[in-house]
Amino acid sequence: MSLVSVRDVHKYFGELHVLKGIDLTINAGEVVSIIGRSGSGKSTLLRCMNGLESYEQGAIILDGMEVSTDEFQVRKLSHSVGMVFQSFNLFPHLTVGENIMLAPKLIKRVGKEEAKKLAMEVLEKVGLADKFGQYPEKLSGGQQQRVAIARSLAMKPKVLLCDEITSALDPELVGDVLKVLEQLAAEGMTLILVTHEMNFARDVGDRVVFMHQGKVHETGDAKEVLANPQTPELQQFIGAVL
Amino acid sequence: MSYQLNFGALLDYQDVLLDGLWMTVKLTLISTVLGILLGVLGAAARRHRNAALRHLSKAYVELIRNTPFIVQLFFVFFGLPAIGIKMTAIEAGVLALVINLGAYLTEIIRAGIDATPKGQLEAARTLGLSSRQIFIRIVLPPAFQRVYSAVVSQCIIVMLGSAVVSQISVPELTFAANFIQSRNFLSFESYLVAALFYLILAFLMRLAFNLIGARAFSRKEKTL
Repeated sequence: MSLVSVRDVHKYFGELHVLKGIDLTINAGEVVSIIGRSGSGKSTLLRCMNGLESYEQGAIILDGMEVSTDEFQVRKLSHSVGMVFQSFNLFPHLTVGENIMLAPKLIKRVGKEEAKKLAMEVLEKVGLADKFGQYPEKLSGGQQQRVAIARSLAMKPKVLLCDEITSALDPELVGDVLKVLEQLAAEGMTLILVTHEMNFARDVGDRVVFMHQGKVHETGDAKEVLANPQTPELQQFIGAVL
Repeated sequence: MSYQLNFGALLDYQDVLLDGLWMTVKLTLISTVLGILLGVLGAAARRHRNAALRHLSKAYVELIRNTPFIVQLFFVFFGLPAIGIKMTAIEAGVLALVINLGAYLTEIIRAGIDATPKGQLEAARTLGLSSRQIFIRIVLPPAFQRVYSAVVSQCIIVMLGSAVVSQISVPELTFAANFIQSRNFLSFESYLVAALFYLILAFLMRLAFNLIGARAFSRKEKTL
C-alpha cells in the first residue's frame, strides 16, 4: 500500500510549466532522494505534496487524503506529513520547547504535561534535550535544524518532507543533521528529501529520483542509479556534483 | 527688557494644575491601551483575506491620516450630536484620541506584519495551524516587536496631542495652563510649567514602554 502517490501532476507558475506530468509512488518506510539541477522542479514537487503549492492537473494522494492547498485539507494533512525547510523557520519569539509543543497543543489538544514529555522525547531523539528553554537565536544552524526536525516529529507524521535541509548549514554542522535523518530512516520513518548530499542519498536512501526539466528523468534503486546512471543528463549531473 | 519671573503665584492654582496633569495621564493611559488594540485589529483587517475588511481598514487609515486631529475632535464632539450621538467632552476626547492613534498604529503594525519571513508562515501552515492561530501566535508577536519603537513614539505623539482636547474644554493639562494664565496673566510661567510636565510625562512614558518591552521581548533562557 503506497503512502504517497503522485499521478500525472502538472504545475504552472504563470506561463512557466514547472512540473510536466510527474508520476511517483512512495511506500511506507522508504527513503527517497529527489535530486536534480536548480530549476528542475524538485522543490516544487515536494511542496505540492503537503499543499504548500497548488497543482493544475493530476492528483496527489497522501495517506489516503487528496492533497490540496485548501486550509482545511492542509490542516488535516498536518497529522500525516511533516516538513523541514532549508531556512529552519523556527519561531523566533518562542523557546525551543514552545516551538515544539505549539502544534501538538493547538492541533491535537495534547495536555500541558504530556506536551512537555513529548517535546523532551523528540528533543532527546535529536540530541538537544538540554535546549528546551533556550531561544532559537542562541543555537547554531545545525542545532536549529535539528529542533525543526524535532518540531515536525512531535506531530508524529508518517512522512517527513525535507527541502534541502542541510544547504544553509556550515559544512561541519551538516553531519549532525544527517545523522538524525539516518536514525529516523533506521526507525522506519518515510523520508522524502530534496537534497544535494549524494553520499547520503546513496548510503541511506532507498531510491533516487532524478528530475530534469520538470520531469522524472531517471529513477531507481539509489546505489544502482548513482553508480550506473543511464541517461547522459544524470551522468553529467553526477559528474558536476561529485 | 526685563521680566520678573513669578512661579510662586502658580502655587495658588496648584490643584487646577495637578488635576489637569492627572486628567492628561488618564486620557493617555486609556487612549494608548485602546489605540493599540484598535491598531492591532486594524492591521489584522488590513491583511485579512476578506476584501471588504481590507478596504474598510484602508479607508479608515487614509481618512484619519489625511485630516487634522482638531477637525476629527470637533466632528466627534460638535458634529455627531447632529445625528443623535451625544457624549461628554471627556468621552469625545478619548474617542477622538483612540481613533487617531488606532489609524497610525494600524499602518505601523501592518508594516511589521509585512516583514514576516514567508518561511514562518509556511512552517506554521505545515504544522496545521489555522489562519487565525498563525496570525495571533506566529505573525503578531514578532511583528509587534519589530515596530515596537515606532509604536512607542506614536503613543507619545498622541499623549502630546491630547493637549488639543483642551479645545472642547476637557480639563487636562493644557486646559489648566490656559485657565491659570487667563486668571493671573502669567503666560510665560504657566505654559513653561505645562511644557515641563509634558516633557516629564513623555520621558516616563518612554521609560515605562522600554521596561515593558524588555520584559515582553526578553530572549533569556527559560527554565523548565
